[in-house]
Amino acid sequence: MSTNATRPVPRPTPETAHYWKGIAERKILLQHCTPCDKTCFPPRSFCPHCGSDAVEVVEASGKATLYSFVISRARVPEFERPYCVGIAELEEGPRLMTQIVDSPADPEQLLVDMALEPVFFDAADGVTLLHFRPKR
Amino acid sequence: MTELAIVGAAETRRIGIVDDMSELELISEAARDALADAGLTLADVDGLATSYERPNLVANYLGLKPSWLDGTDIGGCSTMVHLRHAAAAIAAGQCKTVLIAHGESGRSGIGREAVDMQFTDLHRQFELPYGTVGPTTALTLPLTRYMAQYGMKAETLAMVPVVQREWAAKTPRAMLRDPITVDDVLASKMIAWPVHLFECCVVTDGGGALVVTAAERAADLSETPVWLWGSGEAYGEALISQMPDMAFADVFAQSGAMAFKEAGVGPDDIDHLMLYDAFAHIPIFALEALGFAKRGEGGDLIASRATAPGGRLPVNTTGGGLSYTHTGRYGMYAVQESVRQLRGTAAAQCDNIDVSLAHGLGGMFAAAGTSILSKHRKR
Ligand SMILES: [Zn+2]
Repeated sequence: MSTNATRPVPRPTPETAHYWKGIAERKILLQHCTPCDKTCFPPRSFCPHCGSDAVEVVEASGKATLYSFVISRARVPEFERPYCVGIAELEEGPRLMTQIVDSPADPEQLLVDMALEPVFFDAADGVTLLHFRPKR
Repeated sequence: MTELAIVGAAETRRIGIVDDMSELELISEAARDALADAGLTLADVDGLATSYERPNLVANYLGLKPSWLDGTDIGGCSTMVHLRHAAAAIAAGQCKTVLIAHGESGRSGIGREAVDMQFTDLHRQFELPYGTVGPTTALTLPLTRYMAQYGMKAETLAMVPVVQREWAAKTPRAMLRDPITVDDVLASKMIAWPVHLFECCVVTDGGGALVVTAAERAADLSETPVWLWGSGEAYGEALISQMPDMAFADVFAQSGAMAFKEAGVGPDDIDHLMLYDAFAHIPIFALEALGFAKRGEGGDLIASRATAPGGRLPVNTTGGGLSYTHTGRYGMYAVQESVRQLRGTAAAQCDNIDVSLAHGLGGMFAAAGTSILSKHRKR
């Protein structure tokens, strides 16, 4: 790993661009399948549950809980060590990998199933990432 | 369907740090020694299965002209899946003698590029930006959920490497052989809380190969054929963040159920287990998903010493990935030890092993493969 490396950022594809554009606009956009009433993630042109292409974009509330997490000591460019890799479970159902921020990366301070709220983080190259923090 | 026999088996002559051999040479040494073990030569092989390195390139390097290839590469359980696919191909008459060959310069990186753990573009887009760096921050995520759900203590998890190290102490080829205690495990470096260094696998170089053929040819080729009674394979979410229930490995359960059904046996019929262990919690998940322990009780089973030397259910009798070896796709070494225990040639040989189960994990709980093997032909 070169010393001037920067943190990895997503490179959207045509099918995921709406999601990342939404994040930049402080909105969490999911896909909802009309025939089977399931909410899908990651984005794609059809519903992986039933195969229908009748998927419409819906905005998530942002209400979430901490499904699981680890406290990583790995060296990653632009990450302060240690840091918390978490999985946020949205109230609409989908789960998202995320970084838990604005809290010590300390297992005493973080609890499975604790309430989370979104934090929109503007990274380099005009990309915005979706972090979460313990709900205040 | 799976009237398949393993008639040759070998690991590379050295495992661990083998920095004077390329990956292709590791594969080749294991392949040639497995054929020698079966009393066969490369000229007898008409099918090849291998992972990571492209199968046609490996065939060409070995000087093979196969009429059947399987390059299924789904990570650590690829060997179990190759066995299953070879059984189907041989049963269908597509080939007669299949070489399943594995080798990885996983530690020294001789003749290979760094391992690409990025898997898919969806991983790169939706997981990698948040600090996931590979197995230590991905395969470990289910553990925190599991510990919260079942209240498993850190001391219980720490018993997994402690017990497996006892097996490794009996195994001269194991990478790590010195006895360790629960305190040693909990005092080892924190890699990704709740996982300590001694709860992570070693990183090594090595190889292994199997020669398999139809049942009716087996007796002519080996004095101690090992029979594949049943096999399973299952595929789930490719992204760990999408794993349906992080406290239960459903792909393990699906693959295991398929293998048990095909073999016509259940957990009570299994004398010996090899359970993939890139991290200490994986065997706990496997014991529960395969039906050897109730949900939430896999760790207690290991802490009770049931799986330790002298216990009623020997598990990971080489020391496993945690102590013996782990080149990246560990499944081959699990099957090799099952074969040795059934032939009676293991370093830490157990008594009365008639049926052994080897279970592999692929990716980040994305895939599973199971092989149920016996020293007796299926009734
Ligand atoms: Zn649907």
